[in-house]
Amino acid sequence: MDIELRGISKRFGPVQANQDINLDIRAGEVLGLLGENGAGKSTLMNILSGLYSADSGEILIDGMPAVFTGPGDSIASGIGMVHQHFMLVPVFSVVENVILGVEPTSGVDYLDLEAARAQVQEINTRYGMEVPTDALIEDLPVGIQQRVEILKVLFRSADVLILDEPTAVLTPQEVEEFFAIVRALRDAGKGIVFITHKLHEILEIADRVSVLRQGQVVGQGDPASFSEADLAEMMVGRPVSFSVGRAEATPGDTVLELAGVSLFDAAQDARLVDINLSVHGGEVVGIAGVQGNGQTELVEAITGLSPATAGKIGFAGQDITRTSVRQRHRMGIAHIPEDRHKSGMVGNFTVAENMVLNSYYDDSVTTGVQIDWRRVHARAAEACLSYDVRTPSVFLGAGSLSGGNQQKMVIARELERDVKLIVASQPTRGVDVGSIEYIHQQLIACRDRGNAVLIISSELDEILDLSDRIYVMFEGRIAAEFDNRGGGADRNAIGLAMAGVNQGINRDETRDETRGSAA
Amino acid sequence: MTNPALLQDGTPRLTDWRAMISGAVLIGLALVVTFFLDTPWDSVSTFRISRPRDVWAVGNLTVPSQWFNVIASVLLAFLGTRLFLKGGGRWTALALGIGLLVLVLSFLVWATAGKAISLTGMLQATVVRAVPIALAALGGILCERVGVINIAIEGMLLAGAFAGAMFGSLMGGWAGIICAMITGGVFGLLLAALVITYRVDQIIAGVVINLFVLGLTSYVSSQVFAEYRWLNKASPFRSFKIPVLGDIPLVGPVLFNQNLFVYGALILVTLSTYYLFHTRHGLRARAVGEHPRAADTLGIDVIKTRYAHVIVAGMVAGFGGAWFTLGSVGRFDENMTFGRGFIGLAAMIFGRWHPLGALAAALIFGFADSLQQKLSILNTPIPSEFLSMAPYIATIVVVAGLVGQARPPAAIGKPYVKE
Amino acid sequence: MSGEAQSSGPAMPPEMKALLAPAIDSRSSLRELFILPLAAMFLAMLIGALIMMATSVAPATILQSFIAMAHGSVGSLHAISETLTAAIPLVLAGLGIGLAFRAGLFNIGAEGQMVVGGLATAIASFSVTGLSIWLHLPLVLLVGLAIGAVYAAIAGLLKAATGAHEVISTIMLNLISIRLLDYMLRQPFIQKEGRSDPISKAVLETAELPRILEFLDGNLRLHAGLFIMLAAVAVIYWLLFRSKLGFAFRISGENPGAARYAGIRAGLTIVMAMAIAGALAGLAGATQVSGVLGRATPGFTAGIGFDAIAVALLGRSHPVGILLAGLLFGALEAGGRQMQVDAGVSIDMIGIMQALIIIFVAAPLLVRRIFPPLFRERRRGGDEHD
Repeated sequence: MDIELRGISKRFGPVQANQDINLDIRAGEVLGLLGENGAGKSTLMNILSGLYSADSGEILIDGMPAVFTGPGDSIASGIGMVHQHFMLVPVFSVVENVILGVEPTSGVDYLDLEAARAQVQEINTRYGMEVPTDALIEDLPVGIQQRVEILKVLFRSADVLILDEPTAVLTPQEVEEFFAIVRALRDAGKGIVFITHKLHEILEIADRVSVLRQGQVVGQGDPASFSEADLAEMMVGRPVSFSVGRAEATPGDTVLELAGVSLFDAAQDARLVDINLSVHGGEVVGIAGVQGNGQTELVEAITGLSPATAGKIGFAGQDITRTSVRQRHRMGIAHIPEDRHKSGMVGNFTVAENMVLNSYYDDSVTTGVQIDWRRVHARAAEACLSYDVRTPSVFLGAGSLSGGNQQKMVIARELERDVKLIVASQPTRGVDVGSIEYIHQQLIACRDRGNAVLIISSELDEILDLSDRIYVMFEGRIAAEFDNRGGGADRNAIGLAMAGVNQGINRDETRDETRGSAA
Repeated sequence: MTNPALLQDGTPRLTDWRAMISGAVLIGLALVVTFFLDTPWDSVSTFRISRPRDVWAVGNLTVPSQWFNVIASVLLAFLGTRLFLKGGGRWTALALGIGLLVLVLSFLVWATAGKAISLTGMLQATVVRAVPIALAALGGILCERVGVINIAIEGMLLAGAFAGAMFGSLMGGWAGIICAMITGGVFGLLLAALVITYRVDQIIAGVVINLFVLGLTSYVSSQVFAEYRWLNKASPFRSFKIPVLGDIPLVGPVLFNQNLFVYGALILVTLSTYYLFHTRHGLRARAVGEHPRAADTLGIDVIKTRYAHVIVAGMVAGFGGAWFTLGSVGRFDENMTFGRGFIGLAAMIFGRWHPLGALAAALIFGFADSLQQKLSILNTPIPSEFLSMAPYIATIVVVAGLVGQARPPAAIGKPYVKE
Repeated sequence: MSGEAQSSGPAMPPEMKALLAPAIDSRSSLRELFILPLAAMFLAMLIGALIMMATSVAPATILQSFIAMAHGSVGSLHAISETLTAAIPLVLAGLGIGLAFRAGLFNIGAEGQMVVGGLATAIASFSVTGLSIWLHLPLVLLVGLAIGAVYAAIAGLLKAATGAHEVISTIMLNLISIRLLDYMLRQPFIQKEGRSDPISKAVLETAELPRILEFLDGNLRLHAGLFIMLAAVAVIYWLLFRSKLGFAFRISGENPGAARYAGIRAGLTIVMAMAIAGALAGLAGATQVSGVLGRATPGFTAGIGFDAIAVALLGRSHPVGILLAGLLFGALEAGGRQMQVDAGVSIDMIGIMQALIIIFVAAPLLVRRIFPPLFRERRRGGDEHD
């Protein structure tokens, strides 16, 4: 089945998400769709999957015009979408999720789970996906959940698969396994649209590439004819430097030290087990790992949001294992939270109010029990200027800023005061390329001022670009430690550690080395 | 470097406060039973099961009052101590439930010491009083399973009671029931429009509908019914005995000699259990309540599904509301539902959003209700106002004790916006 | 550090001055604050009229009843006095509900908190004797306030400790309070001597809120609770928008995750917000007993605690908005009584109209659809996505 998009345009309020886009999707071929966040990739694919309708333009399937009034139409014509954020019901079983919407029934609307299970199992084995059909989704690792998404699409006998940022949550090895599945599907004659912002993936898997920028197709062709630099320039619209220019680290005294830290949740399940790590002044330490392997809990233990169940946390020579969030904040721990919407900001508050979200009680902005808003406003305006937060006014609701400016607002709030340790969790998630570069520079600048920086990110590239030392977390433990001064860490070895294959990498050796250089 | 103490079997445990508090409560209850509910050693509590003219008559159940309560307090003390010292984990709720049941039973034995009451009559009343609560809970479940909080259940009950009385007086009982269901459905539609289409906060919309129904029914009953009394004088449904089954001792009168509403509630609970967990549309409905966006991407119409369920929930609640008028005296009084809808929501939580669980919970509330009624007849020294608080206190205890253990549908309370 | 920030005032760089310029769109706020409630009010009257027609009230009577409402609410000094008198407990309890809203809590229990607060005030006002009005009156009001706070804090504690939803527990506490009131009113130390029905002894003169317009006309019921109400509006405004505690409340209400991140203790915040809300509702019950009723009777709160929910919603949980909404509802209440007398239409009609006003205010999208011209906007981004 071949699909042609002709002159697709879509506008949301003032934002032209897609403008006059033409695209061909052919059977037995992988089309790479490259573009940074907000370039309009997801909008385009949502139009193709029937979630949105285009303002103008048409979709041709095998040359015949098709009209989609909802996702049902798109599914019926053989298009299947695997969303970046999985569309799975966590409390349903694999089978229930796969059949949802096209359930086999018998009798009075009776759900025939037996028949369904057999069908699902058949597809499962045909493509070698090894998914347990009766497990609940919430009990499965993300890599398997993704296969359930593909099963879902195949169960609807889709001929064209749209994969939206499918590798974002996978380890390098899982990516390899995933590519094998993608190739198997292509060889079975399926058309595949592979959406990503990672250049090397396009070069590895795509047969053809189209680059999207600001809602328009700015280039297409055979990936072999482009270099990474070409693609990057097309994607961003200007030459991009790939690595953050950073000088050699000069680690100082230990700022943060975790010794035997464990954390159990309310259900008595272990979230962190025996964590030992240290961060020195003047170095960036990265925590790599597939999401959900204890990174969130590690940050909570360090910042005091969830007190450690066992072990000791030392900060600048003091034991802070039992101190409160506020106390740690006052002592000089800055925290850039992993999800700004969930905890880093209040969308309905003004920029100024957000700037004192976690320091409104501080003597510098209060008189007695009263907040001195004049001082808050002045300080917020200063912070906006010095951290490039682009807002017309500090009285504007923070919710109306762009993602990049919201994140810069959070970062301004955290870095503007006198801190010794910056805990930055997913510091560039959902942020445009320009802001990513800026945020990275700010974090490195912090390091160069002699502060300790701990970066937690599920983007391995980000960790490799910024860190002087890298810990890998797997199932709540530190699985390995790598020295990355001068970018020397072995990407492949890190990937294996992220997948839990621990080959006893010379952890103690590296540790001693760092200690030595610190002293 | 490693911390052996931690990694070995003796994992560090957070203090299980819930179990400790529950344990302390149970120990306290044991003391209450021992010191406040004691009776002379020779007194006997008599529970009648059959009436003399029953087909298969069964003798009375007699219980030595003091012995029963000694055993009860020992049991309570045992459960409490165990919970307090060892923690209960998942069993905390169950232990607490057993403890409360034991307390209620020993209370009953104490109140009946030296007297006799009809056990059958009490259980019959239990089932009857459980009906509106169960139907309210069912209405709540149908809404919450698709992700809509329905605080308006109370108002829907009241509207059903009102419509049942008025249309029942005009056109007879069956028409009254149908109109009560339609009225409930109309308020379901109103709630659906407000929260789904106009995205009003679900709790606010529910509260406002309650206020509106209260105002409307009170207005009509004072403006119209006061003058035209025949508009508020429906003939209620009588109970009818199902042949043979109705003659079984104890079970017969309790389950098979009841009115239309009892049978209707039992059928609706069965039907909705089948619907929610064994049919295609039930699966889709639950998906809408758990992850509406996922359902939408699979071609399931979230908006339509929500509308349909909220409207049907309103109809179920309307039927439950008709119980208050057509199921008992046939006359509507201002605010006559008196919080039953909210107790229904507590039963829904207690029953973990499952129709059968909710029915069981409703029976417990019904029992508390009928217990209060019987105890006031038995002339216990406890003031009737305190007895009538019992169901409300029980609701608070249930909601406080079980929340966090039961997990509501994930999308609850959030309007669905298609980006 | 702080001095530096302040001294930067006069010699401020222009880009900073721009950042400090207000960003509020005055047109849309005007629309939100005034036109929307007025449109809601109009729709509510319209539907109210339809309901009256449906219950065979003659059109002339309907017209008469609206005239009576206007007359009874603002048509004379007496009417204004009645409106203000009715507004006092509505605003007080509404402030409590609004404050709880801001902290993310839905306090449906104002009615019960008024009951226990008012009952406590009644008991304190006839069982404590021999005090001057300067001591006795503040004492009884404080007792009502404190008991209301404690009663609401129960729901707060339950939520903080176990997660029990405050909507269910406050509703149950309402129902419990009614039974408690019935029971207490029969106790010999409370029940009026020689009466068999449940009614409390009368409030002593030293515990009465003085009537402030008595010098004009002995029938004007407006009492000194008016000043308490105005003071409460100011205090709650300060608390919410100027104090540290209020900021913590507002963060907790807007985004619990952010509150946790900011080191705000969720449990403590919940209990405090509920206690303050209960204190205000208790005070409402106290002013009602001490300023209007002079005793406690079964159902003396007359659903004011529920109407106050509507007041808080209409006032958008803003103290000044609540004051205005309370005055409007007070006017409806006073006008409704006049309507019942003059036109013979049941006062329950007011309850219907109040609920309708809230429905329309809570669903701005709905009102926009009914009156599109009033809300026509300049084309702006992100308004209507679907």
